[in-house]
Amino acid sequence: MSGIMTLIVLVLAVLTALQLIRIFELSSKARQTAEYEVTDRDNNNQGWLMLLFGIGLIVSLFWMLYEWSPIMLPKPASAHGTEYDDLMTISMIVIITMFVLVQPILFYFAWKYRGSKDRKATYYEHNNRLEFIWTIVPAVVLAVLIIYGMTTWSNVMNPKNEQEPLVIELYAQQFKWTARYAGQDNQLGYANVRLIKDANVIGVDTLDTKGSDDKITTEIHLPVGRPVLFKFRSQDVIHSAYFPHFRAQMNCVPGMTTLFQFTPTVTTAEMRQDAEVQAKVARINQIRTEKGLEAYAYDYLLLCNKICGSAHYNMQMNIVVESEEEYAKWLAEQKTVAETL
Amino acid sequence: MADHAHDHAHDHAHDDHHDHEHHVDNFWTKYVFSIDHKMIAKQFLITGMFMGIIGVFMSMLFRLQLAWPGESFPILETFLGKWAPDGVMDPNMYLALVTIHGTIMVFFVLTAGLSGTFSNLLIPLQVGARDMASGFLNMISYWFFAASSVVMVVSLFVETGPASGGWTVYPPLSALPQAMPGSGAGMTLWLVSMTLFIAGSLIGSLNYIVTVINLRTKGMSMTRLPLTIWAFLVTAILGVLSFPVLLSAALLLVFDRSMGTSFYLSDIMVAGEMLTNQGGSPILFEHLFWFLGHPEVYIILLPALGITSEVIATNSRKPIFGYRAMVGSILAIAFLSFIVWGHHMFVTGMNPFLGSVFTFTTLLIAIPSAVKAFNYITTLWKGNIRFTPAMLFSIGLVSTFVAGGLTGIILGDSALDINVHDTYFVVAHFHIVMGLSAIFGMFAGVYHWFPKMYGRMMNKSMGYLHFWLTFVSAYGVFFPMHFTGLAGLPRRYYSNAEFPIFDELQDINVIITMFAIGGGIAQLIFIFNFFYSMWRGPKAPQNPWKSNTLEWTAPVEHIHGNWPGAIPEVHRWAYDYSKPGHEEDFVPQTTPLKDGEHAH
Ligand code: HEM
Ligand SMILES: [Cu+2]
Ligand SMILES: [Cu+2]
Repeated sequence: MSGIMTLIVLVLAVLTALQLIRIFELSSKARQTAEYEVTDRDNNNQGWLMLLFGIGLIVSLFWMLYEWSPIMLPKPASAHGTEYDDLMTISMIVIITMFVLVQPILFYFAWKYRGSKDRKATYYEHNNRLEFIWTIVPAVVLAVLIIYGMTTWSNVMNPKNEQEPLVIELYAQQFKWTARYAGQDNQLGYANVRLIKDANVIGVDTLDTKGSDDKITTEIHLPVGRPVLFKFRSQDVIHSAYFPHFRAQMNCVPGMTTLFQFTPTVTTAEMRQDAEVQAKVARINQIRTEKGLEAYAYDYLLLCNKICGSAHYNMQMNIVVESEEEYAKWLAEQKTVAETL
Repeated sequence: MADHAHDHAHDHAHDDHHDHEHHVDNFWTKYVFSIDHKMIAKQFLITGMFMGIIGVFMSMLFRLQLAWPGESFPILETFLGKWAPDGVMDPNMYLALVTIHGTIMVFFVLTAGLSGTFSNLLIPLQVGARDMASGFLNMISYWFFAASSVVMVVSLFVETGPASGGWTVYPPLSALPQAMPGSGAGMTLWLVSMTLFIAGSLIGSLNYIVTVINLRTKGMSMTRLPLTIWAFLVTAILGVLSFPVLLSAALLLVFDRSMGTSFYLSDIMVAGEMLTNQGGSPILFEHLFWFLGHPEVYIILLPALGITSEVIATNSRKPIFGYRAMVGSILAIAFLSFIVWGHHMFVTGMNPFLGSVFTFTTLLIAIPSAVKAFNYITTLWKGNIRFTPAMLFSIGLVSTFVAGGLTGIILGDSALDINVHDTYFVVAHFHIVMGLSAIFGMFAGVYHWFPKMYGRMMNKSMGYLHFWLTFVSAYGVFFPMHFTGLAGLPRRYYSNAEFPIFDELQDINVIITMFAIGGGIAQLIFIFNFFYSMWRGPKAPQNPWKSNTLEWTAPVEHIHGNWPGAIPEVHRWAYDYSKPGHEEDFVPQTTPLKDGEHAH
C-alpha cells in the first residue's frame, strides 16, 4: 500500500516538475530570451535574496547564541577548566567577530554588485598591499591565539604538583568502565588483560604487593581540591574517557597506558546548588515529566567518546566529587583486591 | 594564418596520431569502455551522483533515529529489513549507516565524483590537449572506481552488515569481527573496495599530473593556467603522495585481520576471548590513516575551490583577484596539509610537545585559507555579477568555507580540542568546511560545465530553487550542531536518550532532522533538472557564459581530439574580463595581445 502511495507521489512530483519547466520556458519565450539567459531581473532578484540571506544568517546566529547558551555545559568543575573556558570564550569571540565581519561583506557585495546590462565591471586584478594586509592581520591574530593556546595546553598537560596526585586507574571495555584506586601506598599494582581470570576482571597481578591494597569500584568518588592522576587502560578496542564537566578527555588504547590529570574544584552537592544548574535541571525535569520519565538530579558523568561498538552510546559512569571526609568514608567501605581475590 | 604551419609543428605527436584515427565507435567503445576524457568525466559524474544519492539517503535514515530515538518508522523496516525490527533501527545498523555514509561522501562522491569528473573534463580542454596523456589508463582508473563502488554497495547486503567502525576504521574495532558484527565480512569488503578505489585514484592522478605538465598547448605557460587546473594538479599531487600511505595502512590491517599479524593489536581480550596478539599499536594506524586523511580533506576541497575561482571570475565579469596569491595559497595549503595530521590525535596520549607542534602547523593553514576567502570576496567587489546557478553555489561555497574555516581555529587548538574532540562540534565543522563547500563546488561545476558535457543547458529557474533550498537547509542542518557539540554531545551516538543531561538538546535534533529531510528532498529538483536537461534542455551555444578559457573554443559536439583543426594557441591568461580597451567584457585566451597591450 505505502509502496503504491510512494509511487503515486513520485509520479505527481515529476509531472509537477515538468509543468514547472514548461512554465519557465514559456515565460522566457514570451520575454524573447532563452530560459538559461540571466536577465537583469534575475540578477536583481538573486541579489536581494543574497542580501536577505546574509541578514538572516547573522540574525539566526545571534538568535541561536541567545536561545541556546543556557543549554551549553555549565561552569567547569575542575581547576584547569576555568582556564579552558577562558581560552574558549576568547577564541569564540575572535571567530564570531570574523564571522560577522566577513559574511555580511560577502553577501553585501553580492547584492551591491548584482549585474546589469548597462554596467561594466572594474578591471582590478591585484593589489599587493591589500593582499599583504590580509596575510599579516590573520597571521598576527593567529600568532596570539597560538601562543595563548599552547600555554594553556602545556599548563593542562604538564601540571605542576604541590600535592601528590591521587592515582586512579580507569579501565574501559565494551561497554562499561571500571575504576581502580591505588590504595594506601597510592601506587597501582601491575595489571594486564592477560591476567584476567574469573573474579579478577581487570587483570590485576596478585603477586605484585603494590596492588594488594588497590580497590576496584564501579563509581568514581573524588575528594574536592586534590589533583587526580588518571591512568587509562582498555581491554578490547579504543575508547575515550570523556569528562565534559571537567573539560577533560583522553583515549583509552589497548596495549598501552595513557594519562590525564585534573583537580576537581566543585563538589557534586555544590554544583546542584548552582543557580544555572538548578535552572537547567528544572528544564530537563519538565521535559522528563512530560515524557513520563523519572526525575533527574545533576551528576558529573564519564562518557565514552570513541566509537567502540553497538552500545558505545551508553557507556557511562557516575562521578561524585565530595569533601575529603566523605571521600575517605566511601573509600573505606570499598574492598581491596587482597580481600576480593 | 601565417602562424598556422608553425602552430602545427608545435603540436605533439599525439595529434598527428589523431589525424589517422578515424575509427568508428560502437556502443561499447563509446559509452562503456571509452578512452575519451569527456566520456570518462561523465561516467565519473553519473557514478558519483548515484553513490551520492545512497549516501545522502542514509543520512536521512539515521537522522530519523537521532531526532526520534527508538521510535518506530515503517520506512526504516522497508529499507533496512532485519536491521530495523518493527521499524526501530538497530544500534549496529546506525553505526553502519554513519560509516558508509561518511565513506561514500568523502571518497566516492567528493573525491572520485568531484575530482574525477572535473579533472577529466577540464584538464585536456583547458590546457589545450587532445586528450589525457593516456586514455587507456584513464579508462582503467574509472573502472577501478566503478568496481570499488560496486563492492561498496554489495557490502551493504552482507549477513553481518556493512563496515560499522566509522569511516576512519580505527583498529582494533575494525580488525576484530568479535568486536562488532560490521567488522566481519562487511569490513573485508570495505577494505577490498577501498583498495580498488585507491588504485584507481592513483592511476587517475598520475595521468592528470602528466597531462598538465606535458600536454599544455603553445603559449599555455604555468602562469597562464586557469586556477581550476592549478587546483586539479595540486590535488593530484596530494593524492599521489598520500593515498599510498592509506593503502599500506589498509594492507597492514588486512594482515592483522586475516593473517595473525599484530601491527595494530596488543594485549586484547574481546568477547571473552584472549587474543595472542602482542606488541602492535592502534596509534600507528591513526598516524598512517591521518597522514592520508588530512590531505584528503584538501583533495576534496581544492578542486571545489578551483571551480569556484573560475565561476566567480567569469560571472563577476572580473579577473580573479590576486591570481599569484591564489596559486601560492593552493601550494601553501597543500604543503601544510602534510604536516598537520596530528590534530586528529591530540587526545590519543601523544607527547604534549607534539601536540603543540601540530597546533602551530594547523593554525598556519588558516593564513592561506584566509587569503583565498578575501580574494574571492574582492573579486566580487565592483563586479557586474551575473547570478547563474553556478555563481550562486560558488558564493555559497565562500560562505561555508569561511564559516567552517573559522571553527577550525577552535579544533586546531590542542587545548580546546580536549573537550570538543569527537563531539558534534567536529561534525558541524567538517561538514561545513569540507562537506558543504565541496558539494557546493561540485554543483557549481555541474551547472557551469553542463553545456560542455551534454551540449544542452540546464534550467536556470530550477537551479535557483535548488540553490536556495539547499543553502538554507545546509546551514539549518549543520549550524545547530555546533551547539549540541559544545553541550558535550559525542558523535557516533545511536541515541542521546541515555543521558538526561542531553534531554534539552532533543529539540535541536528535531530541527536538524527537519532541515536534513527538506534539504535531501530538494536534491530531487537537481536530479530532475539534470536528467531532463540532458535530453530535453535547450541546445547550448558554444560559449554560453562568455568565458575566456579554452574549453569554450571547442565545438559543442564532442569529437575525439577536442578541436577539429589545430589546437588553439594561447596568448594571455584566463582572466581578462572587462579589460579596458576591449569591446566585449571578455577576452578569450586565444586572442593575441593588441599592440602595446599589457599582459595583465
Ligand atoms: C544531507 C546531508 C548530510 C547530512 C544530514 C549529514 C549528517 C551526518 C550526521 C548526522 C553524521 C553522524 C555524525 C556522527 O554520529 O558522528 C554524519 C557523519 C558524516 N558525514 Fe554527513 N551528512 C550529510 C552530508 C555529508 C557530506 C556532503 C559529507 C561530505 C564530506 C559528509 C561526510 C560525513 C562524514 C565523513 C561523516 C563521519 C562518519 C563517521 O563518523 O564515520 N556528510 N553526517
Ligand atoms: Cu567505549
Ligand atoms: Cu586534519
